[in-house]
Amino acid sequence: MSPIVAASSVIAAALAVGLAAIGPGLGQGNAAGQAVEGIARQPEAEGKIRGTLLLSLAFMEALTIYGLVVALVLLFANPFA
Amino acid sequence: MDILTGFTATQVFPLAELEVGKHFYWQIGNFNLHGQVFLTSWFVILVLVIASLLATRNLQQVPGGMQNFMEYALEFIRNLAKDQIGEKEYRPWVPFVGTLFLFIFVANWSGALIPWKVLRIPASELAAPTNDINTTVALALLTSLAYFYAGFRKRGLGYLAKYIEPTPILLPINILEDFTKPLSLSFRLFGNILADELVVAVLVLLVPLFVPLPVMALGLFTSAIQALIFATLAAAYIGEALEGHGEEEHE
Repeated sequence: MSPIVAASSVIAAALAVGLAAIGPGLGQGNAAGQAVEGIARQPEAEGKIRGTLLLSLAFMEALTIYGLVVALVLLFANPFA
Repeated sequence: MDILTGFTATQVFPLAELEVGKHFYWQIGNFNLHGQVFLTSWFVILVLVIASLLATRNLQQVPGGMQNFMEYALEFIRNLAKDQIGEKEYRPWVPFVGTLFLFIFVANWSGALIPWKVLRIPASELAAPTNDINTTVALALLTSLAYFYAGFRKRGLGYLAKYIEPTPILLPINILEDFTKPLSLSFRLFGNILADELVVAVLVLLVPLFVPLPVMALGLFTSAIQALIFATLAAAYIGEALEGHGEEEHE
């Protein structure tokens, strides 16, 4: 692997994970906040809210994971190496 | 691969090695099989078969022990399928959804709970079978096949009408959806499990004792949630294919 490709791959991998974490971070914070609000308003619905929250958090998590997969491909299975 | 050596350099802690993209190849004909994935998948299958044999060997009117546990698991899966597919149609799909859930769940947990690294194989290392993209892609493609089968079985060629609903303008997006579904299913599971193992391995590499424990516990939690999500989504896709558009029955 040429040094230029290696260096740019590492930077690209870092950017891929870092940028991919921004959106889901906002989304998860928003969702968790709303869930807390919902529980505060209606404590008896806590179980249902928690289940739904976990499921939707995992969906948002998946977006970061896509970035991570791209980063892993760049680091471990670089097509330009 | 030079970057990789940074991870594997720690010969001091032989259990903290990390090998991504290296495989224990089995040559069969023209194909290179990833042997370590097969070994661990067979182990998972064995665990599941033995557990179900133990549970059904001596059925009691009043369940106890293993039978009780498996009945609980079955009930859980049945409720999952019922919630997603609907009261009327869910029954034939319980085995499929249940297989997906149990296989992924046991596979994920086996990667986290069983000290595979103690066993040496010629190349690569044993880990959860779901941290290889081929396993997850296979599971996701099975899901695709299942929901196409469900749709065509239920509504015949009328199933294709869903591509031009609500308007024909959405046709490209509807077709694209069939590709993004397995893609996102497989990437989600693969990425989560691999990320989990990477985080644990990196932490073990930095601080070998105690510090990685909370992350491992978190890993167990995410693995379980990922299995649940995969099964839920598979059931949801099947349910979506079974019911015509416009007659949403579950919330």
